[in-house]
Amino acid sequence: MDLTVIWAFIIAFAVFAYVVMDGFDLGIGILFPAFQPGQGRNRAMNSIAPVWDGNETWLVLGGGGLFAAFPLAYAIILPATYPLIIAMLLGLVFRGVAFEYRWRDPGHAKFWDAAFTGGSLVAALSQGMVLGALLQGIEVEGRAYAGSWWDWLTPYTLLTGVGTVAGYALLGATWLVWKLDGEAQAKARKLAFRAALATMALMGAVSLYNLGLNDDYAAKWLTAPEIYYAAPVPVLTGVVALWLLRAIGKENHSKPFWLALALFGMGMAGLGVTIWPNVVPHDVTIWDAAAPHRSQVFMLVGVALTMPLIIGYTAWAYWVFRGKVGDEGYH
Amino acid sequence: MFDGLDALLLARIQFAFTVSFHFFFPAFSIGLASYLAVLEGLWLKTGKSVYLDLFKYWVKIFAIVFAMGVVSGIVMSYQFGTNWSVFSDLAGPVIGPLMAYEVLTAFFLEAGFLGVMLFGMNKVGRKLHFFATLMVAAGTFVSAFWILSVNSWMQTPVGYEMAANGQFLPGDSWIAIIFNPSFPYRLVHTVLAAYLTTAFVVGGVGARHLLKDRANSHARKMFSMAMWMATLVAPIQIMAGDMHGLNTMEHQPAKVMAMEGHYESHPDGAPFYVFGIPNDEEQRLDYAVGIPHLSSLILKHEWDAPLAGLDTIPDDEQPPVFMVFWAFRIMVAIGVAMLGIGLWSLFARWRGRLYEWNLLHRAALVMAPSGFLAVLCGWITTEVGRQPYVIYGLLRTADAASPLDAPAVGASLLAFIVVYFTVFSVGIWYIMRLMSAAPKVGEMGAKRGDTGPIRTAGITPGPTQNPGDADVLPAAKEEAE
Ligand code: HDD
Ligand code: HEM
Ligand code: HEM
Repeated sequence: MDLTVIWAFIIAFAVFAYVVMDGFDLGIGILFPAFQPGQGRNRAMNSIAPVWDGNETWLVLGGGGLFAAFPLAYAIILPATYPLIIAMLLGLVFRGVAFEYRWRDPGHAKFWDAAFTGGSLVAALSQGMVLGALLQGIEVEGRAYAGSWWDWLTPYTLLTGVGTVAGYALLGATWLVWKLDGEAQAKARKLAFRAALATMALMGAVSLYNLGLNDDYAAKWLTAPEIYYAAPVPVLTGVVALWLLRAIGKENHSKPFWLALALFGMGMAGLGVTIWPNVVPHDVTIWDAAAPHRSQVFMLVGVALTMPLIIGYTAWAYWVFRGKVGDEGYH
Repeated sequence: MFDGLDALLLARIQFAFTVSFHFFFPAFSIGLASYLAVLEGLWLKTGKSVYLDLFKYWVKIFAIVFAMGVVSGIVMSYQFGTNWSVFSDLAGPVIGPLMAYEVLTAFFLEAGFLGVMLFGMNKVGRKLHFFATLMVAAGTFVSAFWILSVNSWMQTPVGYEMAANGQFLPGDSWIAIIFNPSFPYRLVHTVLAAYLTTAFVVGGVGARHLLKDRANSHARKMFSMAMWMATLVAPIQIMAGDMHGLNTMEHQPAKVMAMEGHYESHPDGAPFYVFGIPNDEEQRLDYAVGIPHLSSLILKHEWDAPLAGLDTIPDDEQPPVFMVFWAFRIMVAIGVAMLGIGLWSLFARWRGRLYEWNLLHRAALVMAPSGFLAVLCGWITTEVGRQPYVIYGLLRTADAASPLDAPAVGASLLAFIVVYFTVFSVGIWYIMRLMSAAPKVGEMGAKRGDTGPIRTAGITPGPTQNPGDADVLPAAKEEAE
């Protein structure tokens, strides 16, 4: 098989892993104000404290992987979405340090809680808007971005941004349903339900908007023979969505979370269909942007050797901190 | 605030600002991770609780340093694309894979085991916990390995082919690219720098608590360990720096000329300037104070060896001399001062006054932050000295930047400055507060228990919460030397 295609899948996998793993961390940040200062918040944060750093590392792999495997795409997309990327990075600074600072300085815990929420919100919104900016198309001339520096701000990108915030909130809430119990769990359940409805509505809106965005996208989804490959995606998404709403209502453990992941998986598949085979719509295909064969091979060896180990010890770390989060925190 | 500066200069300032901030944290965490591994290893081996207490004392600090390192590092990995997109497009095929390897072999390793290291003491066995600590320490080293390979390739590029579209493509050997000519020197020098930086922080903290209470056995232990590091590593670092400089002279002669302040060639022996004000305009060193022939002696090991100066380099290929010249001198001065402390402590040890000599403790306290300054100056020497190129001799910095307007870069730079100074100053302040508390028997260890909810319920850590403590606490009292 074509190495470029393999690399496209690897990057897609890294992005997906990032979105769902840091997605629930950021989602907990977004939902933080809904929990009581003190115990409720402590527990919510302790449920991710040991793993958030690993989750965020997938972002470095997504970005670094894009740089390595599709340097031209990296060199076009980042300047095109400059303010969003900077905002995301600064958001991640605030939310990242809040994990430590909050405990070091109880007197200002309120302030760091706000930084945790604000940082998470800004990061989520920017990530969603980058996605929107990418989908709506980026102007390219030669090997560089050629648009103006406000191109990324449109009603469409705002919609994808808000959609991402809702989706992350859903992931965060279902994670908390899994990790908490008692009153806090009931609270998380309520939040999960609302976030699920919002996510589904926004996913639908973005999908419809996509069809109107340009003829290419519409053609992919609405004409034969593509429609036969594409049609199962929305149908399955609907099934997963209904199942998720039911599970949120009654399951006490991980099921709502897994279903929320499945919902994200469907969204990702839909995106893949829409964007394929471009990496920067509408001018740059994955083959245009790909690194040379030697770079691809060298990195593929690295991925093949390390990825099983990474997945193994990451899973182990999750296993060590399995179960409901009690009051004592991890010490 | 930045009126009149062009987008390129702003991008350069932004990169320099963010990477300098970033590097402060790895410089500390590479050393601290290894120190923690040593402490935990000694605890497992000897069973002495003083090591566990010290581990717990420093691991709290490590958690904060590490968080700051991670968030500032993520900013770095995106800046190649945001601000240096032409560079990213052209050099991506060569350096991209090395950075991908850094993520795969280092960042995941650190992050994967960090949670267990910080919060897992009572969740996994001691051996497994020690293993997690070792993995975090290994991760910091592997990270340094890859990123320094990237940086070194940009300084001494080899093993590439040029494509028709201007991209650098890897040649047939990745080994040649990874182990490019300046890499071994840079790796050794930088990792030793991290160890020294950490040793002086640990030594400074130990000294501070010795000044307050000479009998504090924990402060004694950390002071003594740190002083051994200074005694042993400072001379090695100076040798490594010397070899690094000789290697640089071979590959980037203009950088060494700038470090030396040699605007003119010296056909029969060059002086080493101790002082001088570089004047690029007139191409001369004003108010120069030099030691005749010393430079030839250091660089060529020969009294009369001729040395070429910047007059042999075309004007548009010269680095700015002032920053390189002074940054280099500050670094070297600190290196010599570190050696001085190391020797002094050895003498004090021999006289049996290591824990009593107030003046030594004061000096160690003053030197506590010196490693950070040396590291910063080292990087300024390296990076400014390679100008005007970003890939040495091949790609000019001016041709590497993103097509961004000055206001966009100015705004982001301002945002970085405001956020970094506030957020990281607060972090540093928390670290200082932790360091100003004396290390004690039954140290509370990593975090949550400190201020988390359990603390409000009772001061003594319960056994389930802290089994490590529970079984060594009684022993601790007897052992208090
Ligand atoms: C604790 C930190 C520290 C200390 C005490 C020293 N250095 Fe250093 N130096 C560094 C930390 C550092 C560094 C941060 O690690 C640099 C920056 C990039 C690099 O390769 O290492 C560096 C760069 C650097 C370079 C530039 C090499 C290049 O990029 O071409 C030279 C020639 C030296 N050093 C030489 C010395 C000498 C002769 C020292 C002692 C007398 C010395 N350094 C002490
Ligand atoms: C590995 C990839 C790196 C790249 C692509 C890179 C690139 C650059 C660029 C483009 C500049 C601006 C050029 C200029 O100032 O004229 C710069 C400056 C600088 N860099 Fe690097 N650098 C790298 C690594 C580092 C590292 C790891 C450090 C230290 C931690 C560092 C420290 C600095 C400093 C202190 C400056 C200031 C120089 C100045 O103001 O001119 N750099 N670097
Ligand atoms: C332009 C240069 C650099 C880039 C792009 C960069 C990138 C990063 C990134 C993305 C992280 C976060 C990793 C995580 O999520 O866990 C990080 C952390 C780290 N970096 Fe850098 N880095 C640079 C320079 C350096 C240098 C020169 C060193 C050491 C010599 C270094 C050593 C480390 C270490 C040890 C960590 C782990 C966190 C810490 O200890 O603070 N980095 N870096």
